[in-house]
Amino acid sequence: MRNYLAIVTKELRTLFVSPIAYVVLAVFFAITGYFFYIILGNVIEFVMQRAFQSQQFGAAPPPFDAPAAVIRGFFGILSTILLFLIPMITMGIFAEEKKRGTIELLFTSPLTHLQLILGKFTALILFLLVMLVPTIVNSILLYLLSEPAPRLVTMLVGYLGAFLLGGALLAVGVFISSLTENQIVAAVLTFGTFLILWVIDATAGTGSTITNETIRYLSILNHYEDFTKGVLDSQHVIFYLSFIFLGLFLTSVSLDSGKWRG
Amino acid sequence: MIQAEHLTKRYGFTTAIQDVSFEVRKGEILGFLGPNGAGKTTTMRILAGFFPATEGRAIVAGFDVFEKPLEVKKRVGYMPEHPPLYEEMSVDAYLRFVATIKGVDRDKIDSRLGDVKARCGLAEEGSRLIKHLSKGYKQRVGLAQALIHEPEVLILDEPTIGLDPKQIIEVRELIRGLAGDHTVILSTHILPEVSMTCERVIIINNGKIVVMDTPENLTSQLSGGERIELDIVGPVENLPALLREIPQVKNVSLGEPQNARQPVLVETEGSADVRHLIARKVIESGLDLYRLSTQTMTLEEIFVKLTTEEETQEEETE
Ligand SMILES: Nc1ncnc2c1ncn2[C@@H]1O[C@H](COP(=O)(O)OP(=O)(O)O)[C@@H](O)[C@H]1O
Ligand SMILES: [Mg+2]
Repeated sequence: MRNYLAIVTKELRTLFVSPIAYVVLAVFFAITGYFFYIILGNVIEFVMQRAFQSQQFGAAPPPFDAPAAVIRGFFGILSTILLFLIPMITMGIFAEEKKRGTIELLFTSPLTHLQLILGKFTALILFLLVMLVPTIVNSILLYLLSEPAPRLVTMLVGYLGAFLLGGALLAVGVFISSLTENQIVAAVLTFGTFLILWVIDATAGTGSTITNETIRYLSILNHYEDFTKGVLDSQHVIFYLSFIFLGLFLTSVSLDSGKWRG
Repeated sequence: MIQAEHLTKRYGFTTAIQDVSFEVRKGEILGFLGPNGAGKTTTMRILAGFFPATEGRAIVAGFDVFEKPLEVKKRVGYMPEHPPLYEEMSVDAYLRFVATIKGVDRDKIDSRLGDVKARCGLAEEGSRLIKHLSKGYKQRVGLAQALIHEPEVLILDEPTIGLDPKQIIEVRELIRGLAGDHTVILSTHILPEVSMTCERVIIINNGKIVVMDTPENLTSQLSGGERIELDIVGPVENLPALLREIPQVKNVSLGEPQNARQPVLVETEGSADVRHLIARKVIESGLDLYRLSTQTMTLEEIFVKLTTEEETQEEETE
């Protein structure tokens, strides 16, 4: 436990002294803020149009949940931004230790791989929270100013989805960083892997063969959609948790194999 | 304290070390000497538990490195070839982190920190960021890191590499001061280093142990004799023949005369001291003897000799 906490603390320190962390946070807040504003504008415009049209034709408009549309759009954008930014924060997590030789310190200390991997992953998860939590400001604004107010549970489920998706992406990034000692290579490979996982369902045919179903299942985006709609389905939660487990397990295998140790 | 048994490490098709066996007793300082690429780092990494050997086993501080790695790591201080430093941390923060992951008790960390900093000449540097330290100071932090948990065994991979002469002397003195309390194994590719710091030397080349002995024994055993320099005044034409009458004398050569003095180099075999016999011969032949001094073969020469012999042997077997 003490070792684990020491790694978490050290990793947070490393993250927060590097300019990358601040650049990532700044870019993240700027883009999420900007898109929240745009999405809000679009939805309002759309609602006004509908109201205008229904007035002209004298019929009541079909029901439209405007706050839910904002939330959905916002979490959709959030996932895309995470996809771009997470490689930046995972790229160095093991690669830099190897490059600087500090992995020799870690591997010759009485630490288990589990303490090391979980410690690093926990620090990254905390960083993810630092990214996500301030965006709640947007949601609070929406909650206070919107009429009718959005359902609270819709927003919470959205955040849970973003958190799980972020966690899965982090686990993939950690694994890839453990494969190389060059953090740029790690970042590029991680981003490439994310893209593949993102668009993979486009490669699935329309039929419901086993292959198609599997491919669709692997698409990280498919599992995210329900969360943005405020629908909590345990199947998706399990998907992301297994993804995290697999990523961390592969990291442990990669550290054990020690092929790269030179 | 350290027992290496038939260690072999292969990286793919290259064999970094082959059948390396040796022992280090408690409190001893063992030097690991070899040119670059000899397999020093590989051997030390195996002993420190960084990676497993392909074959063979190692017992360090009473535990098998592969079966009980955590027990071994608690008792070993390892300083890699490149000090494993987190540059953005201060010296104190770094040493505190290392102390924690090495399992130093929470309430002992402060006193350990003070102790290693004093020992490694870092008392004033605690709050400085590691990235702002000079190379010599970084090396000291690397050493402090290895000492922080009072390990029984210290493994130091080229501890003086890249330091200036003054720093080298300081680090060597520091290491000598560690003997007794700690069992030390240190590697180097610089010869004077082992004769200055180590009680026993292993010479390794191409991944194999070539010899293992005390620096003194190595010198006498391998030179198998002495080189004696004489300065003579007078006609020396007959001297070489006369000196060869002494059974131990192997070779006599005459140098270029300088200021009427004729330098003569006498090479002997075996361990017997024959300087008095040589002096007598010179006097008896009516010459004046101005100087007689021995020139022992330095480890440096032995080393060159060893490695070249090793290579010629290999060429022959191929
Ligand atoms: N990661 C690696 N992959 C392949 N070969 C390696 C690796 N590390 C070391 N070697 C080789 O193993 C041999 C021994 O290297 P090393 O133990 O570093 O020697 P030394 O420390 O004595 O300079 C060298 O021939 C080196 O090229
Ligand atoms: Mg080396």
